[in-house]
Amino acid sequence: MKIRVHSWFSLIPLLTTFAQAGEVRIAAAASLSEAIMEIATAYQTTHPETKITPVFAGSNVLARQIESGAPIDIFFSADEKTMDGLVKSERIAKDAVVPVLSNALVVVVREDSTLSLQSAEDLAKLQRLSIADPAAVPAGVYAKAWLTGRHLWEKIQPITVGADNVRGALAVVEAGNADAAIVYRTDAAVSRKVKIAFAVPATETPSIVYLAALCKEAPNAAEAKPFAEFLQGEKAADIFRKRGFTVIPPATSKP
Amino acid sequence: MTSADGQLILFTLSAAAMAVLVSFPIGIAVAWALARKRWPGKALVETLLTLPLVMPPVATGLILLKLCGRRGPVGGWLHQTFGVEIIFTPKAVVLALAVMSFPLLVRSLRTAFEEIPRDLEEAAATLGKTPRQVFFRVSLPLARRGIAAGIILAFARALGEFGATVMVAGLIPGVTETLPLAIYRSFQTGDDSRAWMLAGVSAAIAFVAVAVSGWFARGKRLL
Repeated sequence: MKIRVHSWFSLIPLLTTFAQAGEVRIAAAASLSEAIMEIATAYQTTHPETKITPVFAGSNVLARQIESGAPIDIFFSADEKTMDGLVKSERIAKDAVVPVLSNALVVVVREDSTLSLQSAEDLAKLQRLSIADPAAVPAGVYAKAWLTGRHLWEKIQPITVGADNVRGALAVVEAGNADAAIVYRTDAAVSRKVKIAFAVPATETPSIVYLAALCKEAPNAAEAKPFAEFLQGEKAADIFRKRGFTVIPPATSKP
Repeated sequence: MTSADGQLILFTLSAAAMAVLVSFPIGIAVAWALARKRWPGKALVETLLTLPLVMPPVATGLILLKLCGRRGPVGGWLHQTFGVEIIFTPKAVVLALAVMSFPLLVRSLRTAFEEIPRDLEEAAATLGKTPRQVFFRVSLPLARRGIAAGIILAFARALGEFGATVMVAGLIPGVTETLPLAIYRSFQTGDDSRAWMLAGVSAAIAFVAVAVSGWFARGKRLL
């Protein structure tokens, strides 16, 4: 019996090796879900030997997982602050970080909503406003920064309900449990159940920048590197643009 | 620990107490009917009652969210008729805690009733007591220790509830946040020291609850 238990345990490292061979794990902001899936599929047609495994969640959640030692090769964050956190905790090298995309905020309501919302002031009149957790999730942090800049945060904060990530905030409006949500332009585009009430002027929000980086302790850096480059390539750029993201040209991305 | 943390602990304790308070009368009735009566559909009710105990709490939360949302059959009606909202309010938290701790409450109460020697109830009945009198003067007093233990156990379960609560409460600090939700959120926002502090508070409360529950169950004279 002792021998059998021992032999089973010796299989564990073997199994994990098998699981990781040819697998690249990318942890990406929830708002990138469809785009990254599409890019992964495109990449795998030319690189069938590599399996791309994406993990989607709020950037802050992913950062916590990477900090705690999750086996992630590439991190794609929806804001700079979260990426900086990982640079500070030495999980990511500062010069590995590349700004790839930018995005914009919009206010959405349910498709069948009769509310007429035109500006931040109008949000104060709602019963409930859905946002991503303003304490840490990038989309929520941006939304809070916008409303704070308009001197409305104090007034609107009591009617907000936070979500774990931006897609959670979107789902609350889809289900009809909030009157409106502040999400990214690209999130509004993936849902048929919501419509854009108005776009938040880019001048009123901090610049919304998505950054990607190879992790220092990437389990599969050899295969992750070409995929990270593919993410910044022309083919990926087309997919990002089609989904409503603004692609930051590589030339200006290098300081 | 800030005053917000103090409020959070107070809210969690009162939401759990409220949940047990709301479910207690129904729990007593159901437990007694299960322990002492035979009726059609009893097995089905027993199974249904166990469900929240074994189902993923998130699934229970999803059902509650759909039922009680503004567009759900229950929540929609309440919203239309009375302008009452449940989801993302403290009411939703109490509801989730009540539903999740109910099976545990009923189980403990049922055992408490089953442990009473039937002879005593029957003797009271033959001496001319009505079933009502038998219940309130014989069954209930004899089951008091088990009932107290059950209440504390259900209360402790409610304090720790996460899965169903997170679905119906939303992240509204100071309004619907309970201890487990605050621990989770503190960790995710990078505030590890607060997460640990709150985890310590939870452990202390759980310790006291289990100790007191065990004390009642073992029958030390306190009641």
